[in-house]
Amino acid sequence: MSNPLDQLASALAGGTVEIVDLTHTLDPDFPVIVLPPEFGQCARFRMEEVSAYDGRGPAWKWHNISMNEHTGTHFDAPIHWVSGRDVANGAVDEIDPSVFVGPVVVIDCSEGAASNDDFELTPEIIDAWEAEHGPIPADNWVLMRTDWSKRRGAEYLNMADDGPHSPGPTPAAIETLLKRNIRGFGTETVGTDAGQGAHYVPPYPAHYLLHGAGKYGLQCLSNLDRLPPKGAMLIAPPLKIKGGTGSPLRVLALVPAGSGSGETK
Amino acid sequence: MTDKLLPPKKKNPQLRQMVPTLPPQMRSRAALGLTAAAARGAFSLQHCQECGAVQYPPRDACCACLSVDLAWRKTPREGTVIAETRINVSPDPYYRERLPWRSGLVRLSAGPTVLCHLHGDVGRGDIVLMDLKLDKAGQGVMIALPQERSPDMADDPQLRELTAHPKHRRVLITDIRSPATRPLIEALLKAGASQIFVGESESWRRGSDHAAIAGLDKVSVMPLDVSDPSSVKRLAAEIGGKTDILINTARHVRPGGVLGSDTVFAREEFEINALGLMRLAQAFGPGMASRTADGVNSAVAFVNLLSVHALSADPQYGAFSASQAAALSISQTLRAEFRASGLRMINVFAGPTDDEWHQPLPPPKVAPKALAMSIVEALCEGLEDVYCGDVAKDLEERWRRDPKVLERELAGGA
Repeated sequence: MSNPLDQLASALAGGTVEIVDLTHTLDPDFPVIVLPPEFGQCARFRMEEVSAYDGRGPAWKWHNISMNEHTGTHFDAPIHWVSGRDVANGAVDEIDPSVFVGPVVVIDCSEGAASNDDFELTPEIIDAWEAEHGPIPADNWVLMRTDWSKRRGAEYLNMADDGPHSPGPTPAAIETLLKRNIRGFGTETVGTDAGQGAHYVPPYPAHYLLHGAGKYGLQCLSNLDRLPPKGAMLIAPPLKIKGGTGSPLRVLALVPAGSGSGETK
Repeated sequence: MTDKLLPPKKKNPQLRQMVPTLPPQMRSRAALGLTAAAARGAFSLQHCQECGAVQYPPRDACCACLSVDLAWRKTPREGTVIAETRINVSPDPYYRERLPWRSGLVRLSAGPTVLCHLHGDVGRGDIVLMDLKLDKAGQGVMIALPQERSPDMADDPQLRELTAHPKHRRVLITDIRSPATRPLIEALLKAGASQIFVGESESWRRGSDHAAIAGLDKVSVMPLDVSDPSSVKRLAAEIGGKTDILINTARHVRPGGVLGSDTVFAREEFEINALGLMRLAQAFGPGMASRTADGVNSAVAFVNLLSVHALSADPQYGAFSASQAAALSISQTLRAEFRASGLRMINVFAGPTDDEWHQPLPPPKVAPKALAMSIVEALCEGLEDVYCGDVAKDLEERWRRDPKVLERELAGGA
């Protein structure tokens, strides 16, 4: 019996399957979610030199690093949200590792997000995607492409006096995705919810509904414009943190060569 | 009248920069009372508790009755110059570089006759006002100042050696988000600062006064996050060689005691208030310390803002108080480490400040403008410990009287 991975290995070696990095660099100045200041805050990524081939350690260089579980490109586990607190195996160290590798579909909202900072992913957009590409298969990751990852600095959180403005899903859109029994939902923005997501019912519908249903989240993704609408494979294993509610991670996609939408709007 | 101090010319890059030297340092333990008074801007001398004699120089016993019951008390500043000397040649490395140097004898109205530095505007026979200042070696020394202030009085070279005046100097203010930053910029420019760098952390958050402050003449906003080692090093690499005065306004405050809380807020407070100070000092300190003899715009002071509860904790702000006590301790070590260079470490202590984190507290609270005025006054006068506002002054006095009593009072329910 032939090993199916042999085929993958030769596809990777031959370049017919490409690896796309969907991860932002962990940088001390990369934005994190900002809560009202009386709440505890998401720790920024920090790195301090322990030695650099010097008196502190003559032949080696290394750093101490610190951050929140939800800093940079990161994974949300069900227990991250109050609605998912009682989900069985809802912490990152308990999740079945088969979850971390799986098929992914990408819904392109980049055109709408380019002209509307508060662009919403709605059931109608999902229906339109399915009309073109067929039904979203069960147990797929669903990513919302907005090209938001191309924004830099203050444009990324896009904070205003009435809170941040960035695109995200409506409650009805998340309910639609849950009916498809998706594996999880991912975005290019700082959270799976819209910047103004607090004003929906329920507030933060992606967090509330997804995690309540035992689904997973991915955020601060990049390079989604290099993925095809369907047919790619996502590799997104969080660190095995005991009782962890999430984790920074390196997210990769296996993509059939030449299938990426390749558009940059 | 003092000649107006002109802005420094551009440096000749082929000439070696002057290496810091210090005035004579050997002093008796008794004489350290002069340092303590000068650090706070007080004019205090030894008063005999037995016979009432006022004496100078400080000794271990009264020069009139040999009593050892001597107390440092505030003393009238008036005196008369009875002799003056212009020193044109000196074997001392510090004074050699600063000649001629004028000193004189002043008969104080309080009794003793003292040997002191003379401001350029005073001469023999003049009625003068005496001041105690810290010299570059951190010793309390006396200078005779004119009774009438003149516009450029602070430009006198001998007086300028004893202060950290911002005139023609370049200042880094570390946090644009501090309410004190805006009035501080205004006060520093008014005092003659030539350029002001203002640090801004996390510009991606928006919400700072970036546009308004960056638009001011002689002001540049630079990225700086004192909680991020790479950010501090990057800015020091860029402007460390022309930072003459560093004023650390970065501060993180959250209300709450120690019980009933976790250590998340406390960690942020220590990261910014204590370790942030260390990072700034490590990145900027050595460069500043090497430039303390670098002419008109030599490096001169490192200013740290502290809560007066660094001295004794406010249990309503338990973790914050702890971070302030840590910062105070760090500043004392830095003062020792900067001593050989003459770089001044200034601590400005304030009571509760008038901001959102002290909103439910009753007045009096320290207004940002008052804090800014205290900082600039500390620089202009060359002070080392400044207590800004009634609450800080009161608390310091009670702490000086009996720290244990103060601790019990602050615990409440007395």
